[in-house]
Amino acid sequence: MSEDIYREIILDHYRNPRNKGSLPNADISIHDSNPLCGDEIDIHLKVEEDMIKDIKFEGRGCAISQASASMLTEQVLNKPLNAVKDIAKEDILENIGLMNLGPARIKCALLSLKVLKLGMVKYYADRDPGSAKKIQDESKLY
Amino acid sequence: MQKGALNVHRIRKDFPILGRKIRDKPLVYFDNAATTQKPLSVIDAIRDYYMNYNSNIHRAVHQMAEEATHAYETTRQKVARFINSRTTDEIIFTRNATEAINLVSHSWGQDNIRRDDRIVITELEHHSNIVPWQVLCNQTRASLDYIEVDDGGCLDMDSYEKTLRNRKTRLISISEVSNVLGTIVPIREIVKKAHAKDIPVLVDAAQSVPHMPVDVQVTDCDFMVFSAHKMLGPTGVGILYVKKEILEELQPFISGGDMIKEVHKYETIYNDLPYKFEAGTPNIADVIGFGAAMDYLNRLGMDKVRDHEIELTKYAMDAMKDIRGMTLYGPLDAKNKGGVISFNLGDIHPHDLATILNDHGIAIRSGHHCAQVLMEKFDLSAMSRASFYIYNTIEEVDKFINALNDARRLFGI
Repeated sequence: MSEDIYREIILDHYRNPRNKGSLPNADISIHDSNPLCGDEIDIHLKVEEDMIKDIKFEGRGCAISQASASMLTEQVLNKPLNAVKDIAKEDILENIGLMNLGPARIKCALLSLKVLKLGMVKYYADRDPGSAKKIQDESKLY
Repeated sequence: MQKGALNVHRIRKDFPILGRKIRDKPLVYFDNAATTQKPLSVIDAIRDYYMNYNSNIHRAVHQMAEEATHAYETTRQKVARFINSRTTDEIIFTRNATEAINLVSHSWGQDNIRRDDRIVITELEHHSNIVPWQVLCNQTRASLDYIEVDDGGCLDMDSYEKTLRNRKTRLISISEVSNVLGTIVPIREIVKKAHAKDIPVLVDAAQSVPHMPVDVQVTDCDFMVFSAHKMLGPTGVGILYVKKEILEELQPFISGGDMIKEVHKYETIYNDLPYKFEAGTPNIADVIGFGAAMDYLNRLGMDKVRDHEIELTKYAMDAMKDIRGMTLYGPLDAKNKGGVISFNLGDIHPHDLATILNDHGIAIRSGHHCAQVLMEKFDLSAMSRASFYIYNTIEEVDKFINALNDARRLFGI
């Protein structure tokens, strides 16, 4: 039910997104969109010794896509970049409290994770093309 | 039930799907510009074909093949009458309106469009009336010109005149009614002015033929396309009307069986019109189903269908205007638009709004409506859209307004 979907936490992150904005001197910037909805997310990362030292996102779209991006940035800040590969779809849905999201809306919730994983793979590919393939294979994509 | 142009109470009984519940609430189907629901008579016609006379058409001489051919060709006659074309030879069945436009862009385009020629469309167009022309332009090195749309969603006729002054303009391809804003364009004026310069006009009638009386001889367009599924018919059937003089010169789009008269080892004589343009076994069952759909609309009368939609659209827009944070797009007078209302409510994203309305059992469309050029014009990535048809009621509009107010409160607008 919508009253359940649009709980306070989603509306809070939608109205007051965390880590939103640009990041000058980012090590990686990556963009993707959801053609069905027109949701758009850019994620910028600053990485030091394989740790995500700073993360910002920009985007526009529905409350679910933008709130889940906001929550994801909070989740991974100051965590190892390498650990991004282990974040699963279920982690995101649990994070935003929407385990039963329908197929039409699940893509909204997962767009930011897709962008973050693309960014991680690109980061490693730029530095060590050999290991990037391995990380891409290990990444839990959906 | 309102006392209006149509006996909606009786109409609703003919649509089994309207008995459905969504989230334990009666379905309110306001996504008719995407596709309409089907009356039992259409479903029965398809079933009857498969149950009682399923056979391939045109070739065999056994009785069932004759019956199937008769039913299929009767639908062609019904289409010809529905849009008042001079002859059934001018009616071609395709898979959908998109394929009908592709037939024109390929067959007519290849023979008539050369480098530096210009094809004119409008900023209102559905992707189906943009992309085929982009492809043709890329292949021929022709270019695409747009008739501009003003802030009120109407065509800027000065910008149209400008495109006509270009001596390289070879074709105008234009929607009669916008699938997003509902704008009804002055199609007769447009055709008249184009013909004064010997420029042919294609009319995308996907949102007009289902909703209002259309007469190709009055419109005087050279090509017209529309889709069965947007007018009570099944999916998988599109219609292309082409003026006979043009059709006679046109090369086939898809080739193979059924479109031939004689096939020899190295050459083929094509079939007569319109069969030359219908290669392979067509969608027989659904074409027959479409015949039943037109019968249904004819019984109601297209002028009554139009009046009913004006009544609902006016009622809905009047109520929507009073909702805090509401933005309505396109013409604001129901008489000047189709039964389509596009809007945004505060900063609620259309997908969030559609999700909330779905919990009230209400189906609306959200997104770019296959019209990203128009979205860019309005600097938006998405809109919500409610669109009406013959079975919708004033009571349903009231539910819709209540649901919008719920969404507004939920998002604190």
